[in-house]
This record gives sequence, C-alpha cells and structure tokens, in this order.
Amino acid sequence: MDTIYPSLVHIVGEGYASFRREELFTYSKDLGTSEPKWPDYVAAPKTAEQVAEILKLANREKVPVVPLGGGMSLAGLALPLKGGIALDLKRMDRIIEVNEKGRYAVVEAGVSHGKLTAYLHNQHPHLMHSEPGAPPAATIGGNLAIHGQGDLAHPYGFNTDMINGMEIVLPTGEICKFGSCAVGAGWFTLHPLPDVGLFLGWNGATGIITKVSLRLFPYKKFREMEIFVVEDENLIPEILYELTHLGLTEDLVAFSSAIPPFSDRLHHVSINVTGDSEAEIELKRRLIFEVKLAKYIESGVGGIAAVSQAIQRPQVSKSADWKKGGGFEYVGSIMPVSAYPECYRRGAEISTRHHIPYTILGRVIGCGHAMMFSWSYAFNRADEKTVRHAREALHETDNIVMDLGGVIWKPAVFGQELLLAKMDVNTLSLMKKIKLLLDPNNIMNPGNWEVD
Amino acid sequence: MALAEYQYNDVIHRCFRCGYCKFPTDWSDVTNCPAYARFRLESYSAGGRLWLIRAWVNGELEWSEHLADIVYSCAACKNCVEKCPLSFNEDIVNMVTAAKNEMVEMGLVPRGVKKFLNNVQLHGNPYGISAGRRTGWMEGKSYPAYQGQEFLYYVGCEGSFDTRAQSAARALGDVLTNSGVSFGVLGEKEVTDGNEVDLLGEDALFESVAEKNIRQFKKAGVNKIITLSPHSYNAMKNSYPRFHGDFEVFHYTQILADLIKKKRVRGVSGPDEEEKITFHDPCFLGRWNQEYNAPRNILKSLPGLTLVEMPRNKKGAACCGGGNFYTDLLGGSEESPARIRAREAAATGAGILAVACPNCLTMLEDAVKVEGLENRIKVRDIAEILV
Repeated sequence: MDTIYPSLVHIVGEGYASFRREELFTYSKDLGTSEPKWPDYVAAPKTAEQVAEILKLANREKVPVVPLGGGMSLAGLALPLKGGIALDLKRMDRIIEVNEKGRYAVVEAGVSHGKLTAYLHNQHPHLMHSEPGAPPAATIGGNLAIHGQGDLAHPYGFNTDMINGMEIVLPTGEICKFGSCAVGAGWFTLHPLPDVGLFLGWNGATGIITKVSLRLFPYKKFREMEIFVVEDENLIPEILYELTHLGLTEDLVAFSSAIPPFSDRLHHVSINVTGDSEAEIELKRRLIFEVKLAKYIESGVGGIAAVSQAIQRPQVSKSADWKKGGGFEYVGSIMPVSAYPECYRRGAEISTRHHIPYTILGRVIGCGHAMMFSWSYAFNRADEKTVRHAREALHETDNIVMDLGGVIWKPAVFGQELLLAKMDVNTLSLMKKIKLLLDPNNIMNPGNWEVD
Repeated sequence: MALAEYQYNDVIHRCFRCGYCKFPTDWSDVTNCPAYARFRLESYSAGGRLWLIRAWVNGELEWSEHLADIVYSCAACKNCVEKCPLSFNEDIVNMVTAAKNEMVEMGLVPRGVKKFLNNVQLHGNPYGISAGRRTGWMEGKSYPAYQGQEFLYYVGCEGSFDTRAQSAARALGDVLTNSGVSFGVLGEKEVTDGNEVDLLGEDALFESVAEKNIRQFKKAGVNKIITLSPHSYNAMKNSYPRFHGDFEVFHYTQILADLIKKKRVRGVSGPDEEEKITFHDPCFLGRWNQEYNAPRNILKSLPGLTLVEMPRNKKGAACCGGGNFYTDLLGGSEESPARIRAREAAATGAGILAVACPNCLTMLEDAVKVEGLENRIKVRDIAEILV
C-alpha cells in the first residue's frame, strides 16, 4: 500500500498533495521544448518545517524530490526526470520583513517577483529589488536556484550576488541558516562567516532554499529608457564599454530581432536611466548621448532610436506567441561582452536554418565583466515539427556557447553534460563529494547536475 | 478520444502558462484567480486549466470527475482575461466554457452541476424550489405586478429564494418605490436569467431559458429592465440580443446613481457616527461590463460614510468565488476566495463591506461569519444601505 501519499497529506494538509493524474500532468510539462517527465506526487508545503518533514520522508522512502518555484526556467530544470515528488513552493509566500534603512527584505522562497515589486511599491516606495526578465510569477527562490539576473545586473551583478542570507532545508531534512542570521543577528549580511555557498545555481540538487534576505536598492522616482541603434554588430562591445565606464545606468541590454521587420539586422542598446530629479536625468542623458555616444552619431554609424520611454516590465510571454504557437525556449549563456558580434551572427544563422525568427539579447552584468547572452527560439506547441526545430536549434546553440568559450546559463540536461565534460577534473570531483555529502541518497532533483 | 469539434482547437495551445493570469492589476499576489487561490496547485490556475483542457481535447488525458471538477472550478471572473498579455486573452473564459459545452454534450459534468441544470430545467431556478414560492421574497409587501410600467424589476433566483438575498431584493423594491420609479415585477412568472446555465456550458437550455424570458418580456410590453443581480444584467444585456431580445437593461446601481444625481432618492440617512465603507466589485458588473463608477458614486454620495478601497479593486478586484456559488467547488477552506476577500475587506478598517450582487452578498456574509469578523464588519447590499 502506498504510504507516501497519506504521509504527504499529513504533512501539508488535505488538498495540498495529490497523486491524481490531472495534477501530475501539469507538473510533468514545463513551458519549453522538454519532453514530459511525470512526478508520482505533488505537494505544496507552507513552511520550512513541512519541507523538512517531506525531505525526511523522501530519504526514508528513497523517493526523488524536485523543488519548483514559478516553473519559468523553460529548460526542464524543475521537471521530475526520475519521478518522485514535485514540491511546489509557491505557498511559501510571506514577505517577512523589510528593513528600510538597512535596505533588505526577508522573504519566503515562494514569493513571486511580482508580489515583492508590488509590496515595495506600496509600502516602501524608495526601495526596489532586481527583477528578472521572466514573468512576474517567477519566484525569488527559483531565481536564485538558477543564478538568475535581472534589471540591476549592470550596477550590482547576478541576483545571487544580491543576497544577505538564506535559510536552506538540507536534503536530509535539517534546516540551516547562512549569513548573519545564523548567529542570531539580523539578516543584513552574508559575510564574513566561512563560505558555505553550496546551494546557488544547483537547481535544488543540494538543498531547498526556503528563506532569503534580498538586498534592496534605491528606487529613483524619475525613470526612463533610451534606445541607441547601430547597424554594425561589431560596434556593440565598444559601445557597452563606453557606457559601463560611465556607470550611470540601471540596466544595459543590447538586442536584435527579426520581428518587428523594421528592427531586423539592427542592434539596439536599451539604456535605463533613473534619477531623483529631471535635472539628474537630463545630465545623465547628456553624458550618454553627447559625450559617450556622440562619435557614433557624428560619424553616422549610430543613432538615437528613442529617448524618455517608459520603463516597462518585459512581457516575454509575447515571444512565445510569435508563431501563434504558445511556445519558446532560449539558451542563456554567460559570455564576455566582446563575444556579442559572433554570438549574434551564429545565432541568426541557426534561426534562419530552422525557420525561426531570430531574437538575441545581451544584458551587461557588472561593469562589463560579462553579459548574459540569450538566443530565443519560438515554436508552435501544436506543431511537433516546429518543436523539433526549436529543440535542435537549442542544442546547436549550447554547442556554440562552448565553442565561443562561454558558460551555459541554467543549462538543460544536454547543456549540463557539455559543461561537465569540460569541467576541471578536480572541480568535478569536489562537486561529486559535495553532492554525496549533502544528499547521500541522491533524492534531490536527480538527473540535474549529476556528476557521474 | 480527441474532440475534433472543440471550438478552440486552433487557439488553446497558445497559452504559454506564464502565470500573468494569477495576478491582480497591481501585481500584489498570485491569488487573484479564485480557483488557484483556493487550491494552490498549478492545475487550478487559468493556464493549468487550459493545458488540461487541451490534453483532454487531444485525447492525451481521459475525462475523469476530477478533471471535470477542475474545469468547473473556474468561476468565470475574467481576471485572466484582464491580465493575460496575449492577443487571444478575450477567449480564455470562452475556451473553458467551450470545454464545459463538450462535457455537457457527453453527459460528463460534476454532480452539483448536473443538479443545478436539472433544477433549472424542471423548476426554472437552480434551487429546485417550486415556482409558486417565487414571490416569497416580498414577505407581505405589495410591489406592483408588471403591467406596462417604465421598468421591469427582474429579481432573479438568489433574490427570490435565498433568505439573505431576499432582504436585498426587498430593499431595492423599497428604494425604487420611495424614489417614485415606475416599475413592476413578474412574481411567480419570473424564471431564471440563465447566466450560469450559459457559463456551465448548457447551450440548449440557455437558449430555451433566454427565449422563454424574451417571449414573456415582449408579451408584457417590457422595454426597460432593472436587475438586482449583475449576473442577470450580464445575460440580458450581452446574451439575449443573440436571440432578438433587445431590451434596455440596467443594473440597479446604474439607475440609483442617476436618481441620486437628480436628487430623487428620498429618505436616505447616514450612520450616527462617521463610518468607513469599502466596496467589493462584482465580476459581472466590473470585469464583464466595465461598470466601476455607478456603485462608487452612490456610496460617495451617502452622508456619514467614507469610501475606502481594498487594495484589489475595480479591474483588479478579487472574486468572491460566487460564480461557483451553486457547486461550491471553491468553498470550505480558510483559503476559499470569499474568506480571503472578507479578511481583505476587514483589513481596510471599514465597518461595512458593501456589495452590489446577491451572490457576493451571501458568499461574503458567510465568509465574514466563518472568519469571526462579524463584530468588525457587516456585509450590506447597496440597496440595503439606501433603505
């Protein structure tokens, strides 16, 4: 007799666990091109203690556990590759504390980015956090589990560089804290205690993030987006170098796409500028266009496409509907900014070959230290041929990332295997030891970052 | 078994399941889809439901009672329509209703739905109460029978039969009388408006109900209708014209807002002490018909009352789950949409939660009681406040 289901109900409460096919169906598919992978159960815990109980149960029963946030990774990272329990963390959605003067928020991992943005807007209008380009239903914990980055990446780096502390449930069920909170102090810093950064970017394979202290940043009242455009992709790295030297913007993104047609083969740089006054904005605009970008404008190779545009939440779901087909998936990579031209050319070539309108985008991380470069491939969910084309294009793109000396970001299993094959052997060995130490029964998201 | 006849076969795969449909306009939480708020599993979100319907339509999933429950858990509140950024958003609720149509055709609906539809067919109301008791709401009052007056006052099933909603129905009758509005009622001859029949997917029964009402209205010489319920208002305003039922239809708040502006509503007195009031937008008045101002204009005009908004209001209002009132697929939990809404209303500090829909009235009053908030906030239909 199955004892797991009643145990899950006992832990999370009636209605928040299921083994019925209709629920499992939904968790067997993500939004991208991955083949369905069915869980055996789904459970939606409300507290870290419930998560801990479930992990103890899973260890006893040797059942895999796959944590899930908003389910927006697209690359199958929250699909139960080897069955088991899909752990939907979105009921853990409390905003526990916002420290206005210390500029941090302590939240449960299932809080959506949309909810935190709205809360700050209403209760702490001088503060903001970095929102990823994903839909607002993406969760704080999910984003950290994949080393996400968002709209403050230029000044402050990856989202995982913006945390002051975490609560993690280890695969064996212990609840641990990291950062100043671990010694009973506030959640204001991750340092200077010994580094135990073993959980970020692991897709939940080493433990489940349940609470996070996120750094918040000043929200400037005056906000606008400028767009600069060039035809020659080779100019993009030096333009980004100029703008990162200036260091006055909140977000720097270079992009090009075949749709809409008027933007085809053009390269746009969106520049988010904010300030406490109109005068500050104007000064920044002047420095950007009349100082740093003036030479491109004067020589006729670049132009101002738009100024003073409202900064809007990106609606990436619209990319999914370009083929009136409800699907897209992308390869993300962390690349040197200098690779932009080659990334664009090779991505456009792949898209053309697979009959997919190309969409590429590079977001500057840090002071030009790297960029997150993505190639998106839309497909029609109702047309298997287009799904196959997109899947092939994604795999080819993974190989390009490796060819160009980049690192695949939030790789699907195919990309993980490429990375692990090139991994330094001692690093690989360390990863294996860490995984074995933390997850002796290999219950956590098995199939993801599997070193063997 | 694939359903080749499903009306939205060429669209339904376009849902990306991005989750915008869970949010209100201010992005404050993922709980603005009432079914998702109640169950918190992806299958109950608007996107999850569309993916399940597609799987059923394609033959990937077999029909089951649980599948039917999930499909019917949609309260048709249209929050998803409001929030989805894609071009097919207007059809999201239609896609769900079309799946219900298929289930009705095949006789595969949840038991509660079947009972609802049977009752409408046999008795002209979803409660299964004999038509002869339809005038019970008047409780000795003598509202005039409709005999060519300017307006037909259409009470609807909740106002006629539900004890709590009857009070709102009488209050509206009294306000209209006191304001000198020329109106009459159908009494025992009234039958259901059919709004829920339509949304539960019983096309043929809806057509029959609509045609019966239209015939009756035309025979009696009705040109203008005032409805107590936004559900009736929606059916008569938006669906009856399909069957040549072209009447001027008003929700009562629209009439009263106009009368107040013309200073024709008499005898309204405010509370003894200044009091805060908050308003819950009914989905079939707000998102379905974009009427957000009339009820607010009434409340703002009342002496001694200060209108305070809940964070989720107007286009972003949280549904009380009343679209599922009769099947109770969303009830019975601390996280039922009505209880969430009752807590949100109480958190405003208002002493009165005003509603303009008999479904919302009963849902929220029950929720306030279960939450133990009766001493903090009272639920009142706007008509009751005006009496």
